[in-house]
Amino acid sequence: MTIGLEHYLVLSAVLFCIGLFGALTRRNAVIILMCIELMLNGVNIALVAFSSYIVPQLLTGQVFAIFVMVVAAAEVAVGLAIILAIFRGLSDIDVNNINLLKW
Amino acid sequence: MGLAAAFWIMAVVIIAAALAVVFLRNVFRAALSLIVCFIAVAGIYLTLSADFLAAVQILVYVGAISVLIILAIMMTRNYQQGSPANRLRLPALVVGAVLLGLLIYTVTASPWNISPEPPLTPTTNALAARLFGQQGFILPVEIAATLLLAAILGAIVIAREKEK
Repeated sequence: MTIGLEHYLVLSAVLFCIGLFGALTRRNAVIILMCIELMLNGVNIALVAFSSYIVPQLLTGQVFAIFVMVVAAAEVAVGLAIILAIFRGLSDIDVNNINLLKW
Repeated sequence: MGLAAAFWIMAVVIIAAALAVVFLRNVFRAALSLIVCFIAVAGIYLTLSADFLAAVQILVYVGAISVLIILAIMMTRNYQQGSPANRLRLPALVVGAVLLGLLIYTVTASPWNISPEPPLTPTTNALAARLFGQQGFILPVEIAATLLLAAILGAIVIAREKEK
């Protein structure tokens, strides 16, 4: 059986949902960031699959995937800096205990 | 045939590594399986004939982002063991399963407009022309550069030790 666009899209959906489940359930802030990276990778697989199956000569999806990677790099740098700052102040990165801003 | 075999191997590796990221108790081992997942995603890009993106995936994700994540795990070391789940486990499982079912239904039921042309290879020259050429994406490239600069400055300012 040949591999089609649907296979890649189902793979990206599975990866996105695993990342979503992890981001919703884990309590360690670093693990939550890692799960968000998983979700971004799932979206990138979908973008590249659309690009090479639907507009193979235009590469628009690959350009979008590059921008997603740029935003992911910026997000992980700032997110880890925030986690380090919180850890320095509270000695804890459990998101259940970081509730200073919770009303 | 070889392409199909490569796809199935990469897909199984990706899903197993992603499940390991979510369910492993040890945070450091979760980070290592995240790296495996990134490498397999680069393999998926290769089967889609996106060679430049596969190289960028290895450089940016496997090279830079994993190092940052492992550095953060090292610096929060006494909290390294254990990544307990919160009380939202059952609702999150329901939300994830429903979303997955909806996505798979939509993907398989939609009539995709598959193009008969073969994909462009190699992609590096064509991507450069798309990004920097006429009618291209030069304004988003500039905005992305500004965003990266702002993120670097923000990360330095936030993570710096305050001198007392």
